[in-house]
Amino acid sequence: MSLESLGWQGLVILVVFGISLLIATYCTYAERVIAAFLQDRVGPDRAGPFGIVQPLADAVKLFTKEEFFPSGANKALFIFGPCLAMITALMSSAVIPFGNFLKFGETVVHLQGIEINVGMLYVFGIVSLGVYGIMIGGWASNNKFSLLGAIRAASQNISYELAMGLALIAVLMMSGSLSLRDITLQQSVPGEWHFWNVVKQPLGFIIFIVCAFAETNRTPFDLPECETELVGGYHTEYSSMKMGLYLFAEYVNVFVASAVMSVIYFGGFNFPFQYELRSWLSSSQGLSIDAAQNIIAILGVVAVFAKIFAFIFFFMWVRWTLPRFRYDQLMRLGWTILIPLAIFNILLTGGLITTGIIPEIKQWW
Amino acid sequence: MESLSNRAKKLEKKPMTLAERAYLPAIFQGLSITMQHFFRAATKKQITVRYPEETRPFSPVFRGLHVLKRDEQGRERCTACGLCAVACPAEAITMVAGERKKGEQNLYREEKYAVSYEINMLRCIFCGLCEEACPKAAVYLQADKMAPPRYERDEFIYGKDRLVEPVSPDNRSKRGIQLTPEQADKLRTQMQSA
Repeated sequence: MSLESLGWQGLVILVVFGISLLIATYCTYAERVIAAFLQDRVGPDRAGPFGIVQPLADAVKLFTKEEFFPSGANKALFIFGPCLAMITALMSSAVIPFGNFLKFGETVVHLQGIEINVGMLYVFGIVSLGVYGIMIGGWASNNKFSLLGAIRAASQNISYELAMGLALIAVLMMSGSLSLRDITLQQSVPGEWHFWNVVKQPLGFIIFIVCAFAETNRTPFDLPECETELVGGYHTEYSSMKMGLYLFAEYVNVFVASAVMSVIYFGGFNFPFQYELRSWLSSSQGLSIDAAQNIIAILGVVAVFAKIFAFIFFFMWVRWTLPRFRYDQLMRLGWTILIPLAIFNILLTGGLITTGIIPEIKQWW
Repeated sequence: MESLSNRAKKLEKKPMTLAERAYLPAIFQGLSITMQHFFRAATKKQITVRYPEETRPFSPVFRGLHVLKRDEQGRERCTACGLCAVACPAEAITMVAGERKKGEQNLYREEKYAVSYEINMLRCIFCGLCEEACPKAAVYLQADKMAPPRYERDEFIYGKDRLVEPVSPDNRSKRGIQLTPEQADKLRTQMQSA
């Protein structure tokens, strides 16, 4: 890789980082507006037109609040907890392909932070580290409600990671690759009908999305921060921006979960008729192949963000519709329903692959 | 236990069907209901009253903050007879009567007038009995104003400075003057239906 394209790649990483933060910021606003609309209310509309600078006002509020340390808390870990939650949340967006590549002469810029061949494994490694942030923060608070919330978070995440991983194995059996880029490209073979993985893996997708709700600690599985039983759960003792980081990390996680789902199951940056559009652009519009490819890549970025926003909306829609599960119901759903279903899905996929109903993957790129 | 009214419904606890245990049909039903509410803002009228910009309309028979009326020539009507204070069930009204001096004919209508007239808005229950008792049509409860919240208790004791109607006729409240025909009609139909 030349120095120049390394510089471009650095820029892409910075942009991805900035976009994750921006989207998480505006998720707080979107959550409140969507909640309001679903409940026939108006929502925040005082700060700026339609309240669009509300996140700024919230940030100012959080920064000016008192920095509170409970007595008996382990101060170092108390600070480290929210930092870890935020760091792990932000790290996982690095490998997500937000677009194909842009080509300027000799320079090729992949619209992805880093392309590694174990991308999916990386995402899941980082996401499972995220629970340490919650665990450490809950333990360091020296409060039984925080500790209970942290324990709930840990056991819930471990239980649902299993089913999530098993649901993904079925996708891996079809794709034969852990690279998120490969998985995306496989979902649109040129000259064939545009099939997303969700068509081939409907059961796996349902299992995955249920687990994604549990992994991001959102309703109906928001038991770690269950207000009705645990005051505030693991962040009971937190105030000021440390609390803000926890809440923020949740939204970054929602963004990453939405991005992963749209990449793995909904074709990522692919959109229908992209190759037809490219050949039309280059043949009848007289654009060069590179220019046509760049236009397609930019439209692909738009497509992947449309999918991500749709999923984020779905996360919020579900949050303001469904009540919270009871803890034993949560565990029963995870261990006795989702995991057996995921294993059945693996067997089914294996059978379909060996009988040739799901065709061999083509490494066409 | 035997039901006395025969209206008690016998409930059977049935085991859940597969569709119920799978949660998904019920979840989608719930999601569709909330989505209908999401689009309600576009289709139906919004319920929310955006308070500082718009206020809820008062009822025409609302009894709000008191006012001491003036007559057509701008003279105070009140003669400090004390009937309102007697009628007041909450003992909220006090007054001191005085004799009109020469040259004050343009200020007070009768020979006797209220030197001070105080209503304690914390005691007042806004029943409107003072208004009914007043023989000079001097005290009214305005239909469009409320006693605003304040920080100190003594700020709730309204003296003549805050009770007497300002001289300029534009600021007269709707209630002391005649109701408009539409308002009167509305009031009549409301009272008949009640």
